Amino acid sequence: MGAPTSLIEQDIEKYLVVHQNKSLLRFITCGSVDDGKSTLIGRLLYESKALLEDQLSALEGDSRKFGTQGDELDFALLVDGLSAEREQGITIDVAYRFFTTERRKFIVADTPGHEQYTRNMVTGASTADLAVILVDARKGVLTQTRRHSFLVALLGIRHIVLAINKLDMVGYSRETFDAIDREYREFASKLGVEHIVSIPLSALRGDNITSASANTPWYVGPSLLQHLEEVAVDAIGAAGPLRMPVQWVNRPSPDFRGFCGRILGGRVRPGDRVRVLPSGKQSTVARVNTFDGDLAEAQAGQSVTLTLADEIDISRGDVICAAADPAGLADQFETTVVWMNEHAMLPGRPYLVKLGANTLGASFGQPKYLIDVNNLDHLAAKTLALNETGVCNLTLDRAVAFDAYADNRDMGSFIVIDRLSNQTVGAGLLHFALRRSQNIHWQAVEVDKQARARQNGHKPCVLWLTGLSGSGKSTIANIVERQLHALDARTYLLDGDNVRHGLSKDLGFTDADRVENIRRIGEVARLMVDAGMIVITAFISPFRSERRLARSMVGEGEFVEIFVDTPLEIVEQRDSKGLYRKARKGELKNFTGVDSPYEIPESPELHIETLRSDPEDAATGIVDYLIQHGVMNAAG
Amino acid sequence: MSALTHLQRLEAESIDILREAVAEAEHPVMLYSIGKDSSVMLHLARKAFFPSRPPFPLLHVDTTWKFKVMYEFRARMAAESGLQLLVHINSEAERLGINPFTHGSARHTDLWKTEGLKQALDQHGFDVAFGGARRDEEKSRAKERVFSFRSAQHRWDPKNQRPELWRLYNARKNRGESIRVFPLSNWTELDIWQYIHLEDIPVVPLYFAAERPVVERDGQLIMVDDARFPLREGETPMLRSVRFRTLGCYPLTGAVPSRATTVLAIIQEMLLARTTERQGRLIDHDSTASMENKKAEGYF
Repeated sequence: MGAPTSLIEQDIEKYLVVHQNKSLLRFITCGSVDDGKSTLIGRLLYESKALLEDQLSALEGDSRKFGTQGDELDFALLVDGLSAEREQGITIDVAYRFFTTERRKFIVADTPGHEQYTRNMVTGASTADLAVILVDARKGVLTQTRRHSFLVALLGIRHIVLAINKLDMVGYSRETFDAIDREYREFASKLGVEHIVSIPLSALRGDNITSASANTPWYVGPSLLQHLEEVAVDAIGAAGPLRMPVQWVNRPSPDFRGFCGRILGGRVRPGDRVRVLPSGKQSTVARVNTFDGDLAEAQAGQSVTLTLADEIDISRGDVICAAADPAGLADQFETTVVWMNEHAMLPGRPYLVKLGANTLGASFGQPKYLIDVNNLDHLAAKTLALNETGVCNLTLDRAVAFDAYADNRDMGSFIVIDRLSNQTVGAGLLHFALRRSQNIHWQAVEVDKQARARQNGHKPCVLWLTGLSGSGKSTIANIVERQLHALDARTYLLDGDNVRHGLSKDLGFTDADRVENIRRIGEVARLMVDAGMIVITAFISPFRSERRLARSMVGEGEFVEIFVDTPLEIVEQRDSKGLYRKARKGELKNFTGVDSPYEIPESPELHIETLRSDPEDAATGIVDYLIQHGVMNAAG
Repeated sequence: MSALTHLQRLEAESIDILREAVAEAEHPVMLYSIGKDSSVMLHLARKAFFPSRPPFPLLHVDTTWKFKVMYEFRARMAAESGLQLLVHINSEAERLGINPFTHGSARHTDLWKTEGLKQALDQHGFDVAFGGARRDEEKSRAKERVFSFRSAQHRWDPKNQRPELWRLYNARKNRGESIRVFPLSNWTELDIWQYIHLEDIPVVPLYFAAERPVVERDGQLIMVDDARFPLREGETPMLRSVRFRTLGCYPLTGAVPSRATTVLAIIQEMLLARTTERQGRLIDHDSTASMENKKAEGYF
């Protein structure tokens, strides 16, 4: 392990103290196919003596069997772990490797070169402090070099090592080295990378890996390992204000309520004023709890449990911030998105976005432009295909705390998840909040839902009646409201036909309009629930996804889905409004049950079969449900 | 306040992973294999949820062929941690009397461990399982995600892994599918031992050198732990000062000659030694891509 054997032998304890205080550098290697990335890493492991006898003997065996270097060791085989890629002779995924020198510990992400696996390179770069970009001295700066440099810069890596490799193949030519260095710097100047160091290498022969090579007397800079050991990198966000997203609320007993999370920015001490987002409520840090006792101070990178002086409501996904310098709060952003899936990103399609400890409903606008990685030009586009990078607006279903990626990597990054496959399909960086959402601050109100519930003497909720036209929803809804009113509950009935005369006057009956109609009703119901009322709605609401949407707008337990189940043949036979007849004759388009589907509720809270009970009994059943579930008391 | 050391960063990352997985899981479990990595993982879990107890049980997929001392240690750790310990034994393997001597290491491992693990996860309906695997252990593990998705058939598809960026772990799955979570992904063997040393974490005594009855077979020192060990012609167990760098089923775990009786001496020996810990594991030697194949089938 590159350690002075004598110190290990003589004073292991002293050696360990030294070893324990080493710093850590995470870096990635990237470049085109056959630039020699795996060989370079294999060489670093070999030179830092991280390889042990059995690994070396396995390598010798593998080199004979699969190697491309004749009788010599093929270092690439050390890192190409999966059998599939051994057969193809290429690296197809991100591999993490570990080695230690006298001064530092290293975690290396070996990332693939060819185009279709760019997503893996972005993955490797997202946790790296430095990037080693390989260039084949015979080929110079290629499209892939530019692509990878762009992504490295995009992901906020401030240090680049340009490893000009295979210099032995061009006779260790200084002119070749200088020409590539010049061309690269010209391109990189547009990317805003602060530190670029070019090193002439032969990973295969070992030139300038650990020490200055006699083959390149004209080169006076550091060897690769020397540079990796000495380069100073500091974490983005560490110097900034306190940020701690709450991952988990720790409640072992009624008198302890701790908020667990990793500090992603700044420091925290007992007595610090903090502001919790999105609520905006403030408090003071009481203790910084850990298994090893309370801390006087904790810093970015540490996982801790905070307790606060005041009892305020905090849950997973909230962010504890420095009171004087809180994060932003918004639900619309300009972002850069790297798409990672074969199915292109579609503007307007619902996705999930994971940001900190929040998973949110999300959709993207049409890309403002794509970025051509060869020349950084902006191109017009309607979608984002696999490996494309573009700038798009992102809309979330609620406001979340964030910082710009440039200020704090962990507070400004997100992944995009497909709702059906659950695959991670994209990754993105937040640049800034869009003004319309930024200027609407969420007011921390003094009188909240709970306070209103106390005054009303009951909890708020939505009774969502769904069923075919003519199934009896409105009749039952009316009786429910009458019974609740008699119990002194504050109620409001939103009826389908009535809403169509006002709130949704401009909407028709296409699928898209039905979706919008339910969204509006859901929003109105949400406000009324917030106002403390029991809202009764009677709409056909034929689609599961929109009922789910309405459910998601209110709190857990506040949505009671009631399936008013009357068979189609019965409602059609009754046809009290004559609508089914019209629909069957084709005079009425998109009529639910006739030429537009009704998706039966999968697990409604209540299922009323109207053929088995009269409307009065059905309504009593609904009121009983509310009493049983603690929404209200029997006495009212 | 000084910068965090490498071990402090690793610890914080592991705690972060443990909490995130628990927050996203419906029914999590920690796979407990009794070895040193499990000891460290359990210790980290106690830190992560302190002052609460870790909100999940421990699951040991037992092969009935572990060292006797390991069973004693397992009982002790369950009692000390206060966590529920579930032990699963594959009744089919038990009925067939599967053992490494007559059935070979491949079949033994497949039935007792791979199949046993799948059975246990299905039976209890666990959707998230913590494992102590490290990326530095073996080549195919170097590419493993921290949150590693498994199909409803428990299969791992190395070519279709979810990209894992920053510290944003995608824990979403459909019913029946599961996620294996590896909080120790970025630890090395040296990190593990150094942490055990610093935190004074209890480990199975087999890691320390002692006089033990062993026979030399196929270039490996195998301990004769009980009467089930069929001695070959001319084999006589000899008492030798040995220890184990890795612990599995006793007939499949090679010992190394050693005089290291303290954690410090182990670290010293490890730093001076020139072989990796998995060398003592016979299953890796079955074929070149053996671990990858096992993992695709559902082995941890």
